[in-house]
Amino acid sequence: MSGSTVVKPRKVLVARHGLTTRITHWINALALSMLLLSGLQIFNAHPALYWGQASTFASPWLAMTAEPRGDDFAGVTTVAGRRFETTGVLGYSDTPRGFPAWATLPSYRSLADGRRWHFFFAWMFVINGAIYLITALLGGHLRRDLWLKRAELAPRHLLREIIDHAQLRFPKGEEARRYNALQKGAYLSMALVFLPLMVATGLTMSPGFNAAAPWLLDLFGGRQSARSLHFISAAVIVAFVIVHLLMVVASGPWNNIRSMITGRYAIEIKGADQ
Amino acid sequence: MSADRRRWLKGAGASLAGLWLAACDRLNETPAVRATLARAERLTFKVQRATTDRMALAREYPAEAISADFRANGSISPGDADYRALLANDFRDWRLVVDGLVSTPLSLSMAELRAQPSRSQITRHDCVEGWSSIGKWTGARLGPLLDRAGLSEQARYIVFHCYDTLDPAAGANGRYYESLDLIDAYHPQTILAYAMNDAALPVKHGAPARLRVERQLGYKQAKYLMRIEAVADLAHISGGNGGFWEDRGYEWYAGI
Repeated sequence: MSGSTVVKPRKVLVARHGLTTRITHWINALALSMLLLSGLQIFNAHPALYWGQASTFASPWLAMTAEPRGDDFAGVTTVAGRRFETTGVLGYSDTPRGFPAWATLPSYRSLADGRRWHFFFAWMFVINGAIYLITALLGGHLRRDLWLKRAELAPRHLLREIIDHAQLRFPKGEEARRYNALQKGAYLSMALVFLPLMVATGLTMSPGFNAAAPWLLDLFGGRQSARSLHFISAAVIVAFVIVHLLMVVASGPWNNIRSMITGRYAIEIKGADQ
Repeated sequence: MSADRRRWLKGAGASLAGLWLAACDRLNETPAVRATLARAERLTFKVQRATTDRMALAREYPAEAISADFRANGSISPGDADYRALLANDFRDWRLVVDGLVSTPLSLSMAELRAQPSRSQITRHDCVEGWSSIGKWTGARLGPLLDRAGLSEQARYIVFHCYDTLDPAAGANGRYYESLDLIDAYHPQTILAYAMNDAALPVKHGAPARLRVERQLGYKQAKYLMRIEAVADLAHISGGNGGFWEDRGYEWYAGI
């Protein structure tokens, strides 16, 4: 055959995720799932949120309540003074409760059990997260793979990536070897902002830890503010996970899942670059 | 999508959700799982004790921070006959007994309790449910009181027996009680409060006296105090876990 043949793109497996990243990723997924379910159980014990040191019972900024409606009840969620009917999901689902049975661990009401699950997995989450962060920092994963370069932060570049993402057009070939700026930003914000914020706001709700580190109360503006931020940060993490899972599916679920298990990720390389 | 298929999918979804819930609840009720989860409590307790200052004070707030809507929880008006009799007489016959592993058992009237070394503090009360209220408490410091009674060498815990029956179905084990180790018992902010916001302690908040242990959650703040007992271990008292809520699955260490 002569040199004029069309060279077909070739699939090659590249090393994508290090061993620590893969192990800590799955432990983190387990711990966060259990923390969410048990956290919603704990939230249900008093499904209202406030700002400041103490609760202002007459004016929570967020509340889930059950209101009599004829022979039945309606679930009502109030956010910053605006009321939403959320019957069946929030406020009332067969019985008056904040989040429904399918979203809590255990499904029935048990604050004591919810706390046990929560604190057990909180320890798993903290130890696992510390191992990840230390390894990522010392091993260069953070600097090499996640830290945003100046060029990536240029508005034009970011806009391009946002448009590509919105159209579900993902990097191909050599480009797919690296994380793009949106991925880096999302992962960094989780690893360095929202997940650590969960730990810090969680500890700020501990009266024992308050005595030892009162500056945390000042940092977050009080225990009830910390509880609100804990909830908001959890919601941000849930939103991240939903987008993350959608992106995994949209950009090739098997390739992505394999790369997070075996570490190998397939990219297509033009025949020319061998 | 046909209505049939939609119904089928909905049914399948509901069954999957049902399976998931059943699996989670099953795990929650498995003794080995519960024992494993409970290990985290001891870890939390040990790490907090090891890494933080044991004498660190809970934050105290300015008078403006006092909650006008301080919530009362648990028993708010005990129906126990002995308590009603004391209340009817404005607690003139009330005595606080201090006994157990002590050299000099005490039986103090309210006047005697008020004559003890005291402390006032404006602190935050954190309910295990998640809410907080701020109030001012005045009461006798527990440490000097225990010294007056003379704790024996064997004493490891201080148990607070209360007048209120919170779980009538549990018979003799339905009365409220709580316990502290000696570190929290001798903490400077640990007081037997007889006044709240500069007035006599209201019934719903535990009249005539309640415990305040400011670095722990609300269920530790035993109300309607009857008797304080120094013990070597907690196993022989009520359900054996050191408190009414502890016997019902809550952590003994309520600092988190």
